[in-house]
Amino acid sequence: MLHIVNKSPLDRNTLQSCLDTAAEGALLLIEDGVYAATSNSAYAGKLTEAMGRLKVYALKPDLEARGMADRVLAGVTVVGYDGFVDLVAEYPTCQSWL
Amino acid sequence: MSDIKKFMFVNRKAPYGTIYALESLEVVLIAAAFEQDVSLAFIDDGVYQLKKGHQTSGIEVKGFEKTYGALEDYDITKLYVDSESLAARGLTADDLCVPVEVMSRAELGKLMETQDVLLSF
Repeated sequence: MLHIVNKSPLDRNTLQSCLDTAAEGALLLIEDGVYAATSNSAYAGKLTEAMGRLKVYALKPDLEARGMADRVLAGVTVVGYDGFVDLVAEYPTCQSWL
Repeated sequence: MSDIKKFMFVNRKAPYGTIYALESLEVVLIAAAFEQDVSLAFIDDGVYQLKKGHQTSGIEVKGFEKTYGALEDYDITKLYVDSESLAARGLTADDLCVPVEVMSRAELGKLMETQDVLLSF
């Protein structure tokens, strides 16, 4: 399954809830969710830990808009809108955690 | 304008994901136009607002990083940033687009006590 999260992990528990639940597949971070994919944040350790069972992606335009494209956490794959579409097509189901 | 009050704008939200940051700036500029004593505090995800290097063309939203730089032209120079919020996000004052005063959350709390009006965004 593709999990999509759009909330900052230090503001809301959306990503934590997703990680607590998600078994396998992929996680795509978009909008304020991309802050989770940045290095040296208090959440970086938890996301890195989740990479063992989830492939983690972050949306490039959202990283760029926030000035965070220069500090993407190691192990995160940065994708554009085309990559977003590919991910949705690749996985039979997707869940948007709002 | 004889009645000048001390206004502090408390910013706790990241930019672009919600409209709060932009709306805060709008009201800050209005308060400045009324020649009030304006200061801005950035705590929690609000510190992300000041991260330099916003490139918003990809999300087709108007960027407002430049507005923070223009605040000085409105005599708004009191920008306070919570050190703990910066650290939790892997940021330092060097990552920010404008000069700010970095202080502890406790110091910010004391500063809030000196205000007449607090507006939270």
